[in-house]
Amino acid sequence: MSEPVLRVEGLRVAFDHPLGKVRAVDDVSFALMPGERFGLAGESGSGKSTLALSILRLIKPPGHIEAGAVWLDDARIADLDDDGIRRLRLAGIALVPQGSMNSLNPVLRIGRQIADAFADHGLRLGHREEQRRIAALLAAVGLPPTIARMYPHELSGGMKQRACIAIAISLRPKVIIADEPTSALDVVVQRQVMATLARVQQELGAAVILVGHDMGLMAQFVDRLGIMYAGRLVEVAPIADIIARPRHPYTRALIAALPSLEARGMLAGIPGLAPSLRELPSGCAFHPRCDLATDRCRAERPVLRDIAGSQVGCHLA
Amino acid sequence: MMPISHDAMPPLIEAVEVGKRFGGGLGREGTLALAGLSLAIDAERPSVIAVVGESGSGKTTLARLLLGLVEPTEGMVRYRGQDLRRLGFEARRTFRRDVQAIFQDPYGVYNPFYRVDHVLTVPVRRFGLATSRADARDLIGEALRAVGLRPEEILGRYPHQLSGGQRQRVMVARALLPKPKLIVADEPVSMVDASLRATILGSLRRLTDEHGISILYITHDLATAYQVSDAILVLYRAHLAEAGAVEPVVRRPQHPYTQLLVSAIPRAHAERDWLAEENETPRTSVALTPEGCVFADRCPHAVELCLAAPPALHRTEPRRGVACVQYREHAVLSASALGEVLLP
Repeated sequence: MSEPVLRVEGLRVAFDHPLGKVRAVDDVSFALMPGERFGLAGESGSGKSTLALSILRLIKPPGHIEAGAVWLDDARIADLDDDGIRRLRLAGIALVPQGSMNSLNPVLRIGRQIADAFADHGLRLGHREEQRRIAALLAAVGLPPTIARMYPHELSGGMKQRACIAIAISLRPKVIIADEPTSALDVVVQRQVMATLARVQQELGAAVILVGHDMGLMAQFVDRLGIMYAGRLVEVAPIADIIARPRHPYTRALIAALPSLEARGMLAGIPGLAPSLRELPSGCAFHPRCDLATDRCRAERPVLRDIAGSQVGCHLA
Repeated sequence: MMPISHDAMPPLIEAVEVGKRFGGGLGREGTLALAGLSLAIDAERPSVIAVVGESGSGKTTLARLLLGLVEPTEGMVRYRGQDLRRLGFEARRTFRRDVQAIFQDPYGVYNPFYRVDHVLTVPVRRFGLATSRADARDLIGEALRAVGLRPEEILGRYPHQLSGGQRQRVMVARALLPKPKLIVADEPVSMVDASLRATILGSLRRLTDEHGISILYITHDLATAYQVSDAILVLYRAHLAEAGAVEPVVRRPQHPYTQLLVSAIPRAHAERDWLAEENETPRTSVALTPEGCVFADRCPHAVELCLAAPPALHRTEPRRGVACVQYREHAVLSASALGEVLLP
């Protein structure tokens, strides 16, 4: 049995606010095996993006990490100095941020932006070697070498997103965090980009954290899925189990909210609204929206329990 | 409903081979945003028609043409038989009342300094919908309840105090106020969570079923289109690929582009065939020709014939038209008859 490549232990992220502190990530723990594809799903405001960013220590004030630790192999990320964290980003853990196709610099050619990643991490390469590596990276994401000479505006959305993946894998990271990498793309292009990500990830043997809300995408891409609600993980299980036997009522609602292509008139929402993180309901944060809620759910906050290979935070599971 | 036969009354909105080309002139071609498309929306037979396509397919251009927000470069849009560009003052006013719009961004349409009430009281005043303040309040309350909102939770609040889903439903309520005949909804749920999507689409659907309002639902999301619509038009690069009743088009797509679109939607199934299918998608190396089918370069079935001329729309079934030479055995569906395959 190999060791996890990434461990998140008891992570808490809070944002200070004049009206009171908001805890966006609350006591989250999980571990990622090398090469594993892990999904983080939930509604907007559930803390999934904050969790992804806090792994890389990218939370900006007034947000801060209150407690917990993140380990990449044997390195505790909180212990790294600024230089260490710079080296870790991209080389250890690479981020494909939300809307990252707009994160490309519009006035620099794609090749130059990839070369910047090398230079930034102290790789001194000769011109020919640099060009060879850029072409290899572009080829890995299915783009022709001529793309290196192009500017971002000359590329389609899908090509830009693939260029971002090329940058993300340029230093052969152990973990790739992809935050809704295809939310701005059409379904046909989405599948091409996700297939590209799957291929490069397998070639590198890197683990992937996919953040998103599309349960269809999760079902087709990840190996294991964590469901987040109001800053907490409420269910973590192998994807096949989640799809076949979702144990948390919120997970069931998320799957049911996905519009079906098999039968019409099955469109179901999740009743009520996600709670404000400033005034979390007592007990289980989901109880006001849960039609199974009991007195215990209203009073006592459930903890994650192991049930047949899954972890579920529900009194009724 | 007026007891007048359908033939006697011109349709509420009719697109007559309407097209739009942006830019161009001085010998340059410009960009074709929409090639001549015909479509009729009959106020007497309310239904939900979805217009589906990827970005750049021309779906938003179609919406803007029907709303009179851009002028066509070919063909025309008629409102009750009259060219939209030549409406007089009064006719334009009734057009603005009969045809309402809902846009994508439930944040951008609000002025953050005004209470939410503002977007609701303006149309009431603008169209003289109420005779007194109390009357106006009743009307607004009724519209909010019609979209599943409680007026006391909405009125008096500022936009930032509402959730994205509430804000978008207020926009649906606003569109409902003037008792329109048609609502053009351009990506109304693409910026809200999956959990709220169903609620908003459900309130749109109810406008058709309970208030007799037709909806033109513009979206990139085939799955929600399938759930709420009666008929569907699939656009690809400014051209109509397939149109017809939603059930057959989505369940048994015939145009190769619609087939690709349906297969590319990731399903929450135990079978994990989605990525494998991508790797098996046949590639073609056909180059597009200016006169041929716009999908030929991505089409696994492309033949010589596809490059010579644009495909005609063939009526493969009573309620379906497909713009593909594979179906050339079937009768050609004239542009003006497209409305027939879309009728509920």
